[in-house]
Amino acid sequence: MTSTLTPVRKRSALTKGQLPKYAPYVVLALALIVGAAILALVGFNAFGWGIVSAILFAIGLVSWSAAVEGSRRAKDKLATCLVVGSFLVALLPLFSVIWTVLVNGVPGLLTPGFLTNSMNGVTGVFDTRAVEQGTPVLGGIYHALLGTVQITLLATIISVPVGLLTAIYLVEYGDDGRLARAITFFVDVMTGIPSIVAGLFAAAFFFAVVGPGTKTGAVAAVALSVLMIPVVVRSSEEMLKIVPNELREAAYALGVRKWRTIVKVVIPTAISGIASGVTLAIARVIGETAPILVTAGFATSINSNVFSGWMASLPTFIYTQILNPTSPANPDPSSQRAWGAALVLIILVMILNLGARLIARVFAPKTGR
Amino acid sequence: MSKRIDVKDLNVYYGDFLAVEDVTINIEAKSVTAFIGPSGCGKSTFLRTLNRMHEVLPGARVEGEVLLDGDNLYGTGVDPVTVRSQIGMVFQRPNPFPTMSIRDNVLAGVKLNNKKISKGEADVLVERSLKGANLWNEVKDRLDKPGSGLSGGQQQRLCIARAIAVEPQVILMDEPCSALDPISTLAIEDLINELKDQYTVVIVTHNMQQAARVSDRTAFFNIAGTGKPGKLIEVGDTHTIFSNPTQKATEDYVSGRFG
Repeated sequence: MTSTLTPVRKRSALTKGQLPKYAPYVVLALALIVGAAILALVGFNAFGWGIVSAILFAIGLVSWSAAVEGSRRAKDKLATCLVVGSFLVALLPLFSVIWTVLVNGVPGLLTPGFLTNSMNGVTGVFDTRAVEQGTPVLGGIYHALLGTVQITLLATIISVPVGLLTAIYLVEYGDDGRLARAITFFVDVMTGIPSIVAGLFAAAFFFAVVGPGTKTGAVAAVALSVLMIPVVVRSSEEMLKIVPNELREAAYALGVRKWRTIVKVVIPTAISGIASGVTLAIARVIGETAPILVTAGFATSINSNVFSGWMASLPTFIYTQILNPTSPANPDPSSQRAWGAALVLIILVMILNLGARLIARVFAPKTGR
Repeated sequence: MSKRIDVKDLNVYYGDFLAVEDVTINIEAKSVTAFIGPSGCGKSTFLRTLNRMHEVLPGARVEGEVLLDGDNLYGTGVDPVTVRSQIGMVFQRPNPFPTMSIRDNVLAGVKLNNKKISKGEADVLVERSLKGANLWNEVKDRLDKPGSGLSGGQQQRLCIARAIAVEPQVILMDEPCSALDPISTLAIEDLINELKDQYTVVIVTHNMQQAARVSDRTAFFNIAGTGKPGKLIEVGDTHTIFSNPTQKATEDYVSGRFG
């Protein structure tokens, strides 16, 4: 073996006509520099810089690719740029919202007593003093947090049995008959009901049944159930449908009755999906403002009885703090409280979403040896 | 602990569609009866009528009589649940309950019906059923692990253990080996041979060698064409069906000329 027949080459013949690996980075650096230069001419701002650089990057990479690699690869690069670009555009508002709420909300949240005090007795005098003399901002969201938790809990207690049983009827007993199809249709219609209409319905219903002017947490809970039930029905229905028919047949073949099969085999198999569906439905209604405003009114003090008296909630708290500041002359403390409440609301929704994932994992049918 | 089944003039329908026409067959107690025939000829459909699993499907119904030791399964006032607790079934694909452990799967027939059973009795039942299904030695150390973690063949034997734990008179098997490898198939076939000492076994199979190996009697079903009802062509001792059938169609099928 004195010599090999293969000549020593720098690049494989199979990878000829490709852009070098560092090409995107070079183009990106150039795009950033040129973008900065262009922006410097018209007045620099970070947002414009990002947009201009992204466009320059796409144009540069695609045309370089077209020159070296040919049109197919250039189209591929263009598609990649569009997909990644759209992804970034979609992420932008999310991060912007989280960032804004964090920046504005943290001071409110960190104020002593924010989570443990209500707005009872907090007047414009205190807010004016806080602005003029730098004393701590008084007042908190305890009453609103309590209201939100209670109203949502009651709404869940109403919606889950109704929604789950409806889903069970549709999947297990409905047989796709006339009634089942009618229910499916009306559930779809319910999904599209504007939330304010649900609120008006609950208010009108209680006015008629209990008496005019009935505004309590329970009325709000009914309004929220109207919004929650279709979501629970839909998600539970999907989850029950994907339980394999073989499991039902296996239970029937053991001489198990239908309702026992549903209760002990079908629902336990689908419980993780149902539970996470319910949690997401809760997350969906916890931030509803309009139906609560017309049904539970607005309170500044603690009311722990959902069946009597006006009740505050986080969304209505935010709404009133922004629209009618406690001290109209100095709205800053009010807006600080509103942002703090908004942060708490987002944290609640995030906890619910994480909870849904946790529930799904805990209840999921176990595999493994 | 086993009963015979006599079927008289049974027609099976899906809605208006006649799926299986005019079946008359006697299934002997403590024996293995195999149903063979081409795909779509109604073997499985007919099998499912023997424990009233057929009517679980929407629009499905039957005409005729199925007698379990003389009692008509389709008589008025007969509860299908009672029928199914006497006539167990093993399905084509292993279907252990994914939410339950191996032990709970075996006890499913008892627990799902909320029957009271002491822990000692349950242990005895689990061990007896798993031993009956030739699975005890493989799973005795992990009874609390999920049943879905077993191999396909083990899962199918778990399903058999689950079926015999409710102490049925008859066990129906709908192509129990079609999703299994040859080794697991052999294990199931050995098991069927043992089961017939205590139970009446009816097995649907696509595999003629399997029918020849495990069954005492064989029934051949055939279908004239798409949209036509399936029919029972011939039934007899397995040896006779495979070596000297009376019908031309049976001979063609078992000799591999079609199907």
